Amino acid sequence: MLVIIDYGVGNVRSVINAFRYIGCEIVVSCDPAEIRRADGLILPGVGASGYAMQKVAPIAEVIKEQAAVGTPLLGICVGYQILFDETYEMGTFKCLGLIRGKVIPIPAAPGLAIPHMGWNFVNIPEGMTLLEDMRPGRHFAFAHSFYADIDDPQAAVATTQYGLDLPAAVQKNNIYGCQFHPEKSAADGLRFLKNFATLCNQGRGPC
Amino acid sequence: MLTKRIIPCLDVKDNRVVKGVNFVNLRDAGDPVELGARYSDEGADELVFLDITATIRSQKTIVEMVEKVAQKVFIPFTVGGGISTADQIGLLLRSGADKCSINTAAVFQPDLLRESAERFGSQCVVLAIDARRTQNKDNHWHVCVKAGSEPTDLDAVEWAVRAQQLGAGEILLTSMDADGTQAGYDIALTRAIAEAVDIPVIASGGAGSLESMFEVLEEGKADAVLAASIFHYGTYSIRQTKEFLAQQGVLIRPV
Repeated sequence: MLVIIDYGVGNVRSVINAFRYIGCEIVVSCDPAEIRRADGLILPGVGASGYAMQKVAPIAEVIKEQAAVGTPLLGICVGYQILFDETYEMGTFKCLGLIRGKVIPIPAAPGLAIPHMGWNFVNIPEGMTLLEDMRPGRHFAFAHSFYADIDDPQAAVATTQYGLDLPAAVQKNNIYGCQFHPEKSAADGLRFLKNFATLCNQGRGPC
Repeated sequence: MLTKRIIPCLDVKDNRVVKGVNFVNLRDAGDPVELGARYSDEGADELVFLDITATIRSQKTIVEMVEKVAQKVFIPFTVGGGISTADQIGLLLRSGADKCSINTAAVFQPDLLRESAERFGSQCVVLAIDARRTQNKDNHWHVCVKAGSEPTDLDAVEWAVRAQQLGAGEILLTSMDADGTQAGYDIALTRAIAEAVDIPVIASGGAGSLESMFEVLEEGKADAVLAASIFHYGTYSIRQTKEFLAQQGVLIRPV
């Protein structure tokens, strides 16, 4: 069973809809007991990462504990940004610290609209389980003004070109994250979510 | 880099997709949820749903439609038509919409743009402008409101700039002169606004040929093209459109 962690930051409905569409049984909860029972955890979120971190604080320890025992954890967008050490959005906030890095603004450049919003191609290095079987023409939907500057030798990082090689997705052991919105990235995004679900339900087939 | 977006627009009246010429003479073009899902499967980059009934009674219907669309459509989608408060936007976003477009209400209460951007973020606030060429003035366009039925004194370019300052994250720009005619987008209008703002501009009104889409992206400097009739009536598929644009060297997301 997959648990979408609902910690009161924006709309989780699109993420729920996408998992249901690909045939996954999911539970939406912020109950520590349910989080401990999950085969996989999804941490969604929209809005500001500083605000999100404040909201997630009451269940931060149980998330970290489950990440440490090996439960697959997928952070999406702002849920991905709070996987890192700290964020500088609306102040400075300590985050979950599961992956080394900090969340900072996308640097301004001439002709570069911010937020980075729309479909962009993602480069995929070796060792990224959820992105392994993507098609050559893969694109994902982005909508963000801050990005994670990742500094973790243990993490594999997929990137997208937007002024700089912007981190688009990350994997460190059982911890996964994506800056893009897989639930809004058509077939490529649904495949990404399906890959996560399959990995969580290993030995029992997809969902 | 970001790809140029191809956006089918679904004008919805009483739960059906309709399309007219110059905002009148409506024809039935199908079920909004089915049509939305089909476009998404075919490779559309986004969808826009405009409630052209936009009455108090229709608001509940639109929320129900948005909920259904969100269960089947996994690309970003915008909802508009008759939105006049930030609370309405909140409800539509919670129902599954990714962005809301505001038109008439923003003209009468520009602060709605600021309030919505502060509450929900600029990324979900779209300003829709219905612009008409001003007679006896070269390259001047004025803003029309109430589904295009009422002209205002507002200069379309100035309004776009002000809307960006207030917090709009995107401009959905419709040329009323071109809308529904399939005679091509208003390139000069689109370019005037795209050059005046930093936020993305979606060109709308007049899509008739694939060349016209290429022109408005290239010469009009639009970030996205919106079209209704040519997709609804099968003149071109999303795939044909994208293949054509890719051949012209436009960066698009392959189907």
